[in-house]
Amino acid sequence: MKTLKLIFLSSLGRKYVMAISGALLFLFVIGHMLGNLQIFLGKDFLNAYAHFLKATPELLWPARIGLLVLAILHIVTAVQLAIENRRARPLAYDGTKIYAASFAAQAILFSGLVVLAFIVYHLLHFTFGKIQPEALTYTVMYKGEPIHDVYKMMVMGFSNPWISAIYLICMGLLCLHLSHGVSSLFQSLGWKTNAYRNAIDKFAKISALIIFLGNCAIPVAILLGLVK
Amino acid sequence: MSETTMNLTLRVWRQKNAQSAGTFVEYEAKNISVDMSFLEMLDVVNEELTARGEDPIAFDHDCREGICGMCSLTINGKAHGPLEATTTCQLHMRSFKNGDAITVEPWRAKPFPVIKDLVTDRSAFDRIIQVGGFVSVSTGGAPDGNALPIPKTDADAAMDAAQCIGCGACVAACKNASAMLFVAAKVGHLGLLPQGQTERDRRVLHMVAQMDEEGFGNCTNIGSCSAVCPKEIGQDFISRLNRDFLKASLRAK
Repeated sequence: MKTLKLIFLSSLGRKYVMAISGALLFLFVIGHMLGNLQIFLGKDFLNAYAHFLKATPELLWPARIGLLVLAILHIVTAVQLAIENRRARPLAYDGTKIYAASFAAQAILFSGLVVLAFIVYHLLHFTFGKIQPEALTYTVMYKGEPIHDVYKMMVMGFSNPWISAIYLICMGLLCLHLSHGVSSLFQSLGWKTNAYRNAIDKFAKISALIIFLGNCAIPVAILLGLVK
Repeated sequence: MSETTMNLTLRVWRQKNAQSAGTFVEYEAKNISVDMSFLEMLDVVNEELTARGEDPIAFDHDCREGICGMCSLTINGKAHGPLEATTTCQLHMRSFKNGDAITVEPWRAKPFPVIKDLVTDRSAFDRIIQVGGFVSVSTGGAPDGNALPIPKTDADAAMDAAQCIGCGACVAACKNASAMLFVAAKVGHLGLLPQGQTERDRRVLHMVAQMDEEGFGNCTNIGSCSAVCPKEIGQDFISRLNRDFLKASLRAK
């Protein structure tokens, strides 16, 4: 009980909440990207994968609920900490300069809020079908039964250059967010010692870049007509 | 031959007391020797102000040799001025050019309220030390010199942390006014030594609780604190503090 109180109420404890929820969300982003990259393996691969997820509620729903809990913990804690940070300096300096801080570090709250807005948009688009309602109606035959044609949904969705532009910009901000966040989580948990400091910083930047390139490859390939 | 004196325009934060609102006031600093320290330059300006019957600029200072932690001042937006690993008292006017305009502000953080002009009340740091920044020892005969072996690497690391003079530049520079580097230095310094082990968990829990209580911001791992620290205390100690607090939280009863 005391441990939970220390973790959820202290300044350092809430950084652990940020770090652990952030780390799990980071792993989800990698998994999500790998799943979607199956679009390059062909229509059947992607549709079979999507059908497997949909047809396995014992996997789908715990993952959905878990992600929602993680996202709420990450966002609520971030906003709480940010409000406290503003309160800690009621009167700003004349001409604010922040020393030694990377752009990604300074923009972490902004990039996070944009990514949040993007997640809402992304869910409305491909999960709830509010952006392109016809997207959820495409079907394809799979093992003798009609299943949702996710491949066609993605191709149609990203053929719209405006929608693709939104995705590309948001992936840029996600990349920026992760390039600081992934290295920061090691520091917050106390695992970033001088011996690993540079390696962890590089790992964060490289993994953020891989996620950016991997996710952007899909709309770019569709816009260029490489995936039809 | 290089110039030996300079004229400067100062923009100094003047604030009568903690209750009143402050404002910037401009002063001309004339015939300032390049060999003066920044504080000596302020002394010269204050001599003139006093001679004119005006209230001199209040600022904190004590040893003037860079080891007491009393001097502060945010100079042109940077805690302790433009040089690295240098306190304001060790900053010399040769670091500036003739004709420069220099803005001088107090540390700005809610837990460091302004007492007057550039003087802030940093007793929040004292209260953090009082709840755990010590090692309790029984009095008695002095122990033998080498009775307690300490590996050289540990002793060196503890010394790195022990260099903290508690000036508060870390708080002043942090965009969140976080006191993490200060607390990390104190917790790290004692936690690295065998004498500090008995109270290690209690120390970190109490000091972090007091830090939060004082209203400092939260660390976002951006590293401004280490960049301005006159004693160059590194980010490694913050990582160590996070690690210590995590272990102590898990063991807390």
